Amino acid sequence: MAEPRIMDIKDQPGFRSIAVICLLVLYTPVLILMVFSLNSGSLVTHWEGVTLNWYGSAFLNEEFHNAAKNTLIISVTATIVSTICATLAAIGMTRVKPWRGLAAAFMVINLPLMVPEIITAVATLSFFALIAGTLGLNFGIGNLILAHTVFCIPFAYMPIRARLEDMDLTLEYAAADLYATPWNAFKRITLPLLVPGIMSGAALAFIVSFDDFTITQLVAGPGQTTLPLYIWNQIRRPMTPEINAISTILLLVSILFVTVSFLIARRRAK
Amino acid sequence: MPEQPGKNAIEVRGVRKVFGTGENQVAALDTVSVSIRENEFFTLLGPSGCGKTTLLRLIAGFDFPTAGEILLHGQDIAPLPPYKRPVNTVFQSYALFPHMTVAQNIGFGLEMLGKPKAEIEARVAQMLKLVKMEALKARRTSQISGGQQQRVALARALAPQPKVLLLDEPLSALDYKLRKEMQIELKRLQNETGITFIFVTHDQEEALTMSDRIAVMSAGKILQVGTPRDIYDRPAERFVADFIGETNFLPGTVVSKQAGVATVKFASSATISAGYPEGFNPTGEVTLVVRPEHADLVSDPAKGTITGTLSNIVYFGTDTHYHVKLDGGGENFIVRHQNSRSSAVTYETGAKVGIQFEEDAARVLKD
Repeated sequence: MAEPRIMDIKDQPGFRSIAVICLLVLYTPVLILMVFSLNSGSLVTHWEGVTLNWYGSAFLNEEFHNAAKNTLIISVTATIVSTICATLAAIGMTRVKPWRGLAAAFMVINLPLMVPEIITAVATLSFFALIAGTLGLNFGIGNLILAHTVFCIPFAYMPIRARLEDMDLTLEYAAADLYATPWNAFKRITLPLLVPGIMSGAALAFIVSFDDFTITQLVAGPGQTTLPLYIWNQIRRPMTPEINAISTILLLVSILFVTVSFLIARRRAK
Repeated sequence: MPEQPGKNAIEVRGVRKVFGTGENQVAALDTVSVSIRENEFFTLLGPSGCGKTTLLRLIAGFDFPTAGEILLHGQDIAPLPPYKRPVNTVFQSYALFPHMTVAQNIGFGLEMLGKPKAEIEARVAQMLKLVKMEALKARRTSQISGGQQQRVALARALAPQPKVLLLDEPLSALDYKLRKEMQIELKRLQNETGITFIFVTHDQEEALTMSDRIAVMSAGKILQVGTPRDIYDRPAERFVADFIGETNFLPGTVVSKQAGVATVKFASSATISAGYPEGFNPTGEVTLVVRPEHADLVSDPAKGTITGTLSNIVYFGTDTHYHVKLDGGGENFIVRHQNSRSSAVTYETGAKVGIQFEEDAARVLKD
């Protein structure tokens, strides 16, 4: 060869067409869903013209309001609590001398990522049923918040841990060298530098909680309908494009959070 | 040189530091004792892994000794955490806080000490002036060059007016020219502030040009402590002679000795008198060390103490190195000549030459 070259995957035959097919398969259904939310007809399969009426009726729909309210209460609370837990866990697992059981603790934290969600859902349901049966305790929407918090922790944990591991430990030595007590060093150096990781972890936790279906479906009691459950209930009836409008709203909220998370991650990389 | 008790900034007494447990134990420092005087520019010099950085970290408080004491002005600081020691460090990587400005970095130590705001501001301004960084005080540390970061790191460590400043190879990341500038700058800062500097480096030239005294370390031990001239002219061990500057090693046999001077015979049956360090008793086969600039070339082999053939001539600008293949065999002997406008004799490779030694040029050293 005339000059040495690093293999460039873009030069492989068929690269472009495979990429295009993947993108089409992934995004065509979503695009169709979004387009039909603007359909002036009342069928989700037959296009008649453009209207924003379905968004209007969605915004006036009381059931949608309640579902949105429940979702926000659960997601926001679960995000805050799980992010705090994840932050403490990440610090406890990166800023200590290696201890026996460190690997085990890591496994336990990340277990929800590996266990099939339906198993977690059934287990959580049985757990709450047991508590209700033996102790007579029912936390109402608290059950859902608790369940969401637990499975959000690994999602919040990952970016926070990555950020802590990337951080130059010498900075903490330098702070101690400059008379900062361990608490001051944490408050003034470690925590401010950790903020991008925490934000990005929180954003991930929020999305995961926001669109969770399986666990929520099994654990939710009466009056605890969240947005994904509401959509599920609606599509079992004759569907109108209103459901497309609601789905689109959900999708936009998710995109917003993913974008924020991405932008924060990119800023920290600079 | 006599010790001056009571004038020591740092006294390290019998310090051992062992890493790992059981069979994996490694003694990074093997019972080290050294005294560092007040207002001194003291250098810990040695190859990587010799324990010099470990010793610095023990003085800073980032690690605790397995055994022994570290005294700061007579007080044992070994059990104190770093934030309770009036000692500051300039890190190899600078470790500037990336979310703070230059001025905030410099003021951090004073802030942590709880100094009043006005005092912090005045001191930061003074430090900025000292390291000539006034113009960049509002910049983030990521927006300034490596040399400027170096200055900020120095100012940050000097701002709380520590009793001792520790410098962990602070110049190693700079290019050659900047490093030369910073060497002079560091010397100036040490003179102006009157603070004791403990400087860690593996660069022998840096150590020789900057230090008041040097401790040469190897494999967890301090081999020799002395002024740059002591260390260079009267190395205590073969390792020291080899590590610092260029050295020729010559085999010989001790024939007699008295009052610290041995008479050593070469294979050619020529003899030379050579000094040796106190407490060392050279006998039998020994190795002599001779610095390349303490030997001279003569074109008549009969006039040389030892003889050989010129195998290579290397021109360095300021001086020329002559590599001589000795008649007795062994390693090439190197003679260094200062170049001048009127170099009387010119040599050609392949010529038979003699080598003469200056008075006191040769020393017998422990292997």
